Amino acid sequence: MDLFEYQAKELFAEYGVPVPRGSLAVTPVDARVIADEFAATGTPRVVVKAQVKTGGRGKAGGVKVADGPDEAQARATGILGMDIKGHTVHSVLVEEASDIAQEYYLSYLLDRAARTFVSICSVQGGMEIEEVAHSNREAVAQIPIDPLEGVEAAKAAEIVAAGQLPEQARAGAAMVAERLWAVFTDEDATLVEVNPLILTADGRVVALDGKVTLDDNAAYRQDHDRFADPTAADPLEARAKAKHLNYVKLEGEVGIIGNGAGLVMSTLDVVALAGEAFGGIRPANFLDIGGGASAEVMANGLEIVLSDASVRSVLVNVFGGITSCDEVANGIVSALGMLAARGEQVTHPIVVRLDGNNAAEGRLILADAGLAPVEQVDTMDDAARRAAELAASGQQAASPATGA
Amino acid sequence: MAIFLTGESRILIQGITGSEGSKHGRRMVAAGTQVVGGTNPRKAGQTVDLGGAQVPVFGTVAETMAATGADVSVVFVPPAGTKSAVMEAIDAQIPLVIVITEGIPVHDTAYFWAYACAHGNATRIVGPNCPGVASPGKSNAGIIPADITSEGRIGLVSKSGTLTYQMMYELRDIGFSTAVGIGGDPVIGTTHIDCLRAFQDDPETDAIVMIGEIGGDAEERAAAYIEQHVTKPVVAYVAGFTAPEGKTMGHAGAIVSGSSGTAQAKKEALEKVGVRVGRTPSGTAMLVREVMRSR
Repeated sequence: MDLFEYQAKELFAEYGVPVPRGSLAVTPVDARVIADEFAATGTPRVVVKAQVKTGGRGKAGGVKVADGPDEAQARATGILGMDIKGHTVHSVLVEEASDIAQEYYLSYLLDRAARTFVSICSVQGGMEIEEVAHSNREAVAQIPIDPLEGVEAAKAAEIVAAGQLPEQARAGAAMVAERLWAVFTDEDATLVEVNPLILTADGRVVALDGKVTLDDNAAYRQDHDRFADPTAADPLEARAKAKHLNYVKLEGEVGIIGNGAGLVMSTLDVVALAGEAFGGIRPANFLDIGGGASAEVMANGLEIVLSDASVRSVLVNVFGGITSCDEVANGIVSALGMLAARGEQVTHPIVVRLDGNNAAEGRLILADAGLAPVEQVDTMDDAARRAAELAASGQQAASPATGA
Repeated sequence: MAIFLTGESRILIQGITGSEGSKHGRRMVAAGTQVVGGTNPRKAGQTVDLGGAQVPVFGTVAETMAATGADVSVVFVPPAGTKSAVMEAIDAQIPLVIVITEGIPVHDTAYFWAYACAHGNATRIVGPNCPGVASPGKSNAGIIPADITSEGRIGLVSKSGTLTYQMMYELRDIGFSTAVGIGGDPVIGTTHIDCLRAFQDDPETDAIVMIGEIGGDAEERAAAYIEQHVTKPVVAYVAGFTAPEGKTMGHAGAIVSGSSGTAQAKKEALEKVGVRVGRTPSGTAMLVREVMRSR
């Protein structure tokens, strides 16, 4: 889970990392009120920053300086509702402007290849670190962190020295480095990035921006719900999540249901490949129903997939490993029965491919059930082709009645 | 001979009394695997019935090893207890620990991996979040269904569980020496390269199938390794060509960020070193058939 800048900074502040004072505004009037308060404390100049979970917002015009409440309101009016790389701006952070002397870069992240954590530190902050690394490799230090040792004062000093931060910033930056490591580990983050980390004219080191990604696997021991963003989730994804389904909405016409992440990912590829012959038919979603594939899970899965308006055919691709295909077939039959009982009309063709343990028995069960929307195909490649073909000729799909 | 797991392997199960541990323990026993014991500190001294086999429960991995001669541990304990379970196995210096548990925070995995390194890597870790290791006809340690394939001379290494099963099933007439599910998490113990090295050295393996997926650069590094060290034919499959950037597809590792880690980049890296890459799982199986026929 990625955090917004304001959420990252709230976390930083909890851990004693200096951040500028600021508040979140969801309307231009909110922004004005916040700027008013800053003006009253003798800080008329503020920065209005779009809160979006993507980079490049500065270049897109999502970060503006404002002198006083009037201008803050005007800037917020311009930024709220903006589209930045497909992300709509729903809120802005209104912060006191900082007097920047220098800009640095500091982050912690996972180094997958080395199977450990790494800190990246550079005296050249403010721009994309990839660009700095590209143009001036020497200026970007990568310091491996041993998870058993962590980052204590000495390691923090090593990091900021390796990043060639100037003497006057080192003590402050090392303190920030030590505290950000605590954020990284205690919050189960996979990324903590500050760009820029600034040295102010009066000699303080402050996190001017913040990017944090939290590990979803740690949700059981962390309170990640407090960072939930109801505006972000696709409505179908939100519904699927409520039913504990692993669903990702995509842009396409063939609804996909399968068991196992790898097989489902592979199914998307095979459908996209087969779809090339039918005018670019694409998979409409990723949906992994897991190993069990019970009737209820299958019914919930079908319901989610079929409520996507762009779906014109469905491909159910199941490999019977631990769960055998006869159980899966019974699951599909019951699922269609359940949908009928819920009043859901299944009008799209459902191509089913069962393979693996007891595949013959499973196919027989489906054939005997005589469900109108269901069409069986024996191999994954042929099933993908058929599903793409049916999606392309979507008009035919409107005729078959529900399996009730 | 197979790799990592042979007919002589003596398996213990950490979390043997849990629902997953006992369910899959029964399956392992049914597949002919020697399951010699298990651990649960609160149930030490009891036995667990694994489909007729009465398997003793011990308090610790070290006790189980001392009493039974176990040399492989399969870990089924829930995510919250996995880190300490794996560290216990490392402390006991068991040669192989296979971590089936999914949903482990990456900080925990990075920690126990560092712990293994600090202890001289005396314990090989497979996983986490993996289906395990199966040497058909010999031993089955994990959750790979034993009856979908047969014993043979193909070696398989895969990031994905169900794609592993699919491939084993499609090539069941030819059969496998060993299939290793290494898991798709961002940090894993045993890598594609470790398995390629072991299969290259295994006299009972003639060809290697490698299944990768988007995320990280493990396949690219494997390609570089193949170019230098692997003389046996390698056929590969990579899943995730249609996965959009920045979206997680089930596996924690299956996420594309930026330009690296894409399926296309992996395919190109593998083809550049002479590895044949299938476009679909069935197409990949056909390539393997060609390779096995031409031997």
